[in-house]
Amino acid sequence: MSRITLEEVKHVANLARLAISDEEADKFRGQLDAIIGFAEQLNELDTEGIEPTSHVLDMKNVMRKDIPEKGMPREEMLKNAPDHQDGFIKVPPILGE
Amino acid sequence: MGLFENKMSDLHERLHKKELCVSDLVDESFKRIAEVDGQIQAFLTLDEEGARQMAKRLDDQGKAASLFGMPIALKDNMVTKGLRTTCASKILENFDPIYDATVVKKLHEAEAVVIGKLNMDEFAMGSSNENSAFQTTRNPWNVNTVPGGSSGASAAAVAAGEVLFSLGSDTGGSIRQPASFCGVVGMKPTYGRVSRFGLVAFASSLDQIGHITRTVEDNAYLLQSISGVDPMDSTSAPMAVPNFASALTGDVKGLKIAVPKEYLGEGVSEDVRQSVLEALRVLEKQGAVWEEVSLPHSKYALAAYYLLSSSEASANLSRFDGVRFGYRAADAANLIDLYKKSRAEGFGDEVKRRIMLGTFALSSGYYDAYYKKAQKVRTLIKKDFEDVFTKYDVIVGPTTPTPAFKIGEKTSDPLTMYANDILTIPVNLAGVPAISVPCGFSNGLPLGLQIIGKHFDEETVYRTAHAFETATDFHKKKPVL
Repeated sequence: MSRITLEEVKHVANLARLAISDEEADKFRGQLDAIIGFAEQLNELDTEGIEPTSHVLDMKNVMRKDIPEKGMPREEMLKNAPDHQDGFIKVPPILGE
Repeated sequence: MGLFENKMSDLHERLHKKELCVSDLVDESFKRIAEVDGQIQAFLTLDEEGARQMAKRLDDQGKAASLFGMPIALKDNMVTKGLRTTCASKILENFDPIYDATVVKKLHEAEAVVIGKLNMDEFAMGSSNENSAFQTTRNPWNVNTVPGGSSGASAAAVAAGEVLFSLGSDTGGSIRQPASFCGVVGMKPTYGRVSRFGLVAFASSLDQIGHITRTVEDNAYLLQSISGVDPMDSTSAPMAVPNFASALTGDVKGLKIAVPKEYLGEGVSEDVRQSVLEALRVLEKQGAVWEEVSLPHSKYALAAYYLLSSSEASANLSRFDGVRFGYRAADAANLIDLYKKSRAEGFGDEVKRRIMLGTFALSSGYYDAYYKKAQKVRTLIKKDFEDVFTKYDVIVGPTTPTPAFKIGEKTSDPLTMYANDILTIPVNLAGVPAISVPCGFSNGLPLGLQIIGKHFDEETVYRTAHAFETATDFHKKKPVL
């Protein structure tokens, strides 16, 4: 039985904002299925009562002093923007036609 | 003999005596690149003008800082102001950073000379450099084999004598595995030892900048220059930076070495096993003692790693959306379409695969079964190391199960490729430091010895590595190009 269906691959691609052809979806389905199948060996381990580790260092909520610092100049920030106008980044319409 | 076969301290002495100037070192670098990089394909971008200007400035000024005049190259996932930074991805092909990574600033302050930017697997996802969008770097020992990855070109450039040393990054073995494959010294410091500010993020809880050199001594000096807490990286550790070079005493008498049986078991080639056992004899002769131990959860590290690193990657790489920087697809009908097309056209297959795996593992209904489960297994793996380190000073084993494999040999099956990192991945999950040093050859290809230490105890790792290096000649051999 497959662990991930073609529909799920397309759903995940949509969540990840990746355009995907039917052909690609099929290829990724097989590969992801194998990787997820491999990952399921973790179920052999009893992890009841084990705390999850998200980070190895014993540090939490590292704060700096709340003092504003000068940001980057706008021209610099726009240097790598694919399209911009009047100091703003341009994108296609967000609302429908 | 090439200039870069010398240690930094010898080069500094010759600079001091005026037998040599910084411009000679920079000339050597560009000359060697012109001779061999056509074969090796390590460099994506060269900064010849910047490097020569810097050399001239340093020659006019005379010796001052710790890395004075040393030619260095950087993996192309560390941002360099005004010098193209691509992560070997089409999505960043023309990206021109507007600031320097903290490590780059530190290299400038230490007066190293940046020669250029090195190839890698796209966004550091890979073990062979075959996932670069631009070129496939070759192993200098045999150009039909891979240099390893993802910092493959960082290792290849040092092994080929193109630079004295290089920086790389290590998320699951990406410095140590290529160092092993290319017969050089590669260090992954403790998580938090070196600032990640300006390193393009792959998996933030695992990523660590480190470095590749020809000798352990140079390695210790370079770590000295790039370490330390950084206000720009809240995960950099507020720990004092010790004098790493002073740990190179040559004395390992009474050192307690643990050898995990899982690291010499199934899948590890006979040549690799023998080279590690021989290395242990070398250390034993110098007064160290070793015993077999168990890291019982080792076999689960690979699965936990791929779930965790891909999950973190899926979040980190959401910033590449074709809006503020990077590649933008033409003819998008609307904003969502722009995201989808830009990312589909800009990312390669391995990156897409991992983003999708991570998105799946984090998605509603699967989060507890995959992501959270992997985080709990990470706790068990971390505890394996803590238990062993209550009784032992270092853990020693191979860096990789086999020597470098052939180009194209593992590209069709992602899982076979992933299995290559089985001995390096647990170290990243635990966040401890580890080094790979040359320890032998198999059919003319280098093998690496991995020495793993306690959190923030790079000193003992260096002391062990240096004692081994001093007693052996493997690091003196070089590829014929």
